[in-house]
Amino acid sequence: MRSIYVILLLPLVVVIAFWLIARVEGTGTSASRPGFFQRNGWPIGLYLIIAVGFWALFIIVLPMIYMVDLSFRPKLPLSQMGGPKDVYTLQNYRYFLFGSLTSTAHWNWIHINAFFTTIFASILITLLNFAICYPLAYHMAQSATAERLRVLLLLLIVPYWVNDILRAFAFRVLLSSGGIVNQALMGLGLTSEPFDFLAADVGLYMGLSYAYLLLMIFPLYNAIESLDRNQIEAARDLGAPWWHIHAFIVMPHAKPGIASGCTLVFMLCTGAVATPMVLGGPRTMWFTPIVYDRFYQLFNWPQGAAYAFLLLVACIVFVLTVLRITGLKLGEITR
Amino acid sequence: MAAAVELEGVNVTFGEFVAVRDANLTIEPGEFFSFLGPSGCGKTTLLRTISGFIEPTRGSVRIGGEDMKGFGPNKRPTALIFQNLALFPMMSVAENIGYGLRVRGVPRHERDEKVKNLLIQVALTEHGHKKVSELSGGQKQRVAIARALAVEPSVLLLDEPLSALDLKLRQHMRAELRAIQKRVGITFIYITHDQGEALTMSDRIAVMNAGVIEQVGDGRAVYAEPRTPFVASFVGENNRIRGRVASVEDGFATLETPLGILKGRNPVGLTPGAEALLFVRPESLALRANGSTVGFEGETLDVAYEGSVTHVTLRVRTGQKITATIGGGAGAPSSNENLRVGFEPKDGLLLALPASH
Amino acid sequence: MTAGPFQRVMFALYIAIFFVYLLGPLVVMAVSAFNTPEYPQVWPIEGFTTGWFGKLFADRDMMEGFRTSLLIGFLVVCISVPIGLAGAIVMTQIAPLARSFYYLVVVSPVLTPGIIIGISTVVFWRELTTVTSTKFFYDGVILTVLGHASFISAYCMLIILARLQRFDRSQEEAALDLGASYPQVFRHILLPFLKPALFSAAVLAFLSSFENYNTTTFAILSDKTLTTVLAGRVRQGSTPTISALATIIVAVTLCAALAYELIKRREDQRGRARRAEAARAEEAELASIPAE
Repeated sequence: MRSIYVILLLPLVVVIAFWLIARVEGTGTSASRPGFFQRNGWPIGLYLIIAVGFWALFIIVLPMIYMVDLSFRPKLPLSQMGGPKDVYTLQNYRYFLFGSLTSTAHWNWIHINAFFTTIFASILITLLNFAICYPLAYHMAQSATAERLRVLLLLLIVPYWVNDILRAFAFRVLLSSGGIVNQALMGLGLTSEPFDFLAADVGLYMGLSYAYLLLMIFPLYNAIESLDRNQIEAARDLGAPWWHIHAFIVMPHAKPGIASGCTLVFMLCTGAVATPMVLGGPRTMWFTPIVYDRFYQLFNWPQGAAYAFLLLVACIVFVLTVLRITGLKLGEITR
Repeated sequence: MAAAVELEGVNVTFGEFVAVRDANLTIEPGEFFSFLGPSGCGKTTLLRTISGFIEPTRGSVRIGGEDMKGFGPNKRPTALIFQNLALFPMMSVAENIGYGLRVRGVPRHERDEKVKNLLIQVALTEHGHKKVSELSGGQKQRVAIARALAVEPSVLLLDEPLSALDLKLRQHMRAELRAIQKRVGITFIYITHDQGEALTMSDRIAVMNAGVIEQVGDGRAVYAEPRTPFVASFVGENNRIRGRVASVEDGFATLETPLGILKGRNPVGLTPGAEALLFVRPESLALRANGSTVGFEGETLDVAYEGSVTHVTLRVRTGQKITATIGGGAGAPSSNENLRVGFEPKDGLLLALPASH
Repeated sequence: MTAGPFQRVMFALYIAIFFVYLLGPLVVMAVSAFNTPEYPQVWPIEGFTTGWFGKLFADRDMMEGFRTSLLIGFLVVCISVPIGLAGAIVMTQIAPLARSFYYLVVVSPVLTPGIIIGISTVVFWRELTTVTSTKFFYDGVILTVLGHASFISAYCMLIILARLQRFDRSQEEAALDLGASYPQVFRHILLPFLKPALFSAAVLAFLSSFENYNTTTFAILSDKTLTTVLAGRVRQGSTPTISALATIIVAVTLCAALAYELIKRREDQRGRARRAEAARAEEAELASIPAE
């Protein structure tokens, strides 16, 4: 039986589960709480249920479950899907580790390396962006005048809507062998011939940091802005040194913003497709191009799904780690 | 003519919490009726039950003789004025007032005519085009009244609408509300925790406490003839002294208290041996009443001169504080003076001690 | 921080470097769009030209991609704003037990890499349309819209939810009490209240969809959007037409941001005028009450 039928039964289960929850909470002799349809009226109640149901189930949950399901299946021609050969298997994950569907003799270092390089570099870029953005965010939130704040926000918002590809492209123009940076370096006599930034992956890392800079600064700014200025004044009156104020007053208060910015930057870095494509050198290790190739070069969708799932797991682990370290709830970092 | 509003055995519970317990009440057409009680006493719940936002857990609400069970707030002949007024900020004053007519499908020209009349009635003729945010507190108040009157309700419900105004304006609006009620002649049901408001405006008052209607009567009755200790101490200032009934005779009873034998009226028919509370208003107490047979000794703690009256706080033998109010400032005692306080037995009131004490 | 002149200079330097880092690459690119050499170049300036813009508009793939992107953006707005609105309303009404689970589900797309959303959308709808024989749904534009809708609806929901939480329920009750039906309350009271948030959500939805590449590249199949065409061009090599496109985008964004700023200032002014009017009315009122 095709797994999709099983998966399509899920909405029913969910609907029943929600109905049960509603029943459990609605029991007792409570007088007030009107029912869902009583409160919204039929037309609107129906709209709400259909819109949210379609979104949550058909756009979010079912595709994700189906992708995970597919990742545990072998690659088969369409005609054999649902047939006797369509059984659960770990072969796609085995391929990621050993580079072969059957043998476990050699590790698949290329993919494993790319995976961990991606994760590790993303963490570093996240930290780097935090370090770059924090002082400016603090300045904007706490000490800039209203007029200057408007100008700064405007300067930040304009580049925000420039697409990833174009940002990466701008970096390529800047760092190419005939680009302005190399011209400057040679003009100053620091190097005699153009330095190949792209082959050294410098371009990639700078480009990634650059591309997601603004996703760090806005959450930080919003979080620090809500801190009462008097708290800082009070701490300074008590003689606290500046680093103490930041470490024990500002940062704890801005925790949700910090967590939010870090999560976004990390997620976008690991999932970046355009930047590695534009700024990657020939030997660049990044995981997303490998995933892309499973789909549209090799047409091995189950394997691609497995690789995508690995990436998703990495992101989930990162989010959970951030939540654990900061002691926040999910709702606090997605505002 | 059917009663405007009848409550019959109305109970409202939220989970374990009983917000209204066994309310029975009849409100007559054209009456200005107030519910008075501290916050959390269930008066707002009762109001919302009448207007249809809450269905009673048990019992029935009848409006104009008709059972309202199953009628939502938009199907009832009531209009509610909210504590925060709940004017619609995105509409102009005229649109606010005409909203109830608009959703009833009243044609535009008819609606405009009616809105114009209402604007005249509440003296806002010039302000119809303005947004609500451009109005003063009193003007907003009048828009809310006009908006509610526009739908010609048979009962107008008001949930402490004056509480956001400052004192001077509040007193002015009391008179205006009362005048409007006299003019339009419909039933007003008014909710307040302010006894001054309730006493000055209402034909009748229901005093509520902890979900229970303790007493219903006109202002004089709830002030002068309270039937429960709660009403006695909530409506107006009152001193209370605890004791045990010693003897009863034609409507009076004597009470054994730590301050001596005291005497007061016995309207609820207490029998000898019953635990009871004696209530005496501060203005009924006479100071330096050395000849009085009913009274007790006390020491003055504080004397607060307030122009027309002076409030004297005394400490009696048990450590309890007693307040006396005397007219003018002449003859006020000095601090730390030991004196005798007396009162007429007709000014003392004996009520049964509630079970929880 | 209050600080000595040295620290102040250091801080000014930091801000300067930050903005050079942020804006420099864009400026460089914009300059190269007007320079004549075939390869995007800033220095030396060999001659001023607007020819690259002409070439851009003559690029038929690019223009087709642009039209598809507009269409997708429009469809995403049409789907995501209503879904986000419904999502936000349900969030305020759902039983507390179910709320955190519901929140986790609907916010998860925001924290999921775009390529995974694209992949899952494609694999699921390919299978679903196959078994239900509705193959015409398996179309690049439709899949891209669905993929975008998953996370953009969540953005919309978060924006609308923020405003909805400030909604005064008594407004709704007042309208009901005056005889309005539930749909009327929704139309007359709730929607006008949410209008600013709905507008912001629509703008954000369109922009997010328009500039998206990660999800689009998987879900678009054989169709083209501006970003996928652009990616192809960039992969082939650098030409100043790409700089020209970036320059246009920056210019449009700048104009939009300035216009938004102006509108906001005017609205602030109107709000201030209203408050002043109310204060005057208040004074007049207190003065008119006869003294007791």
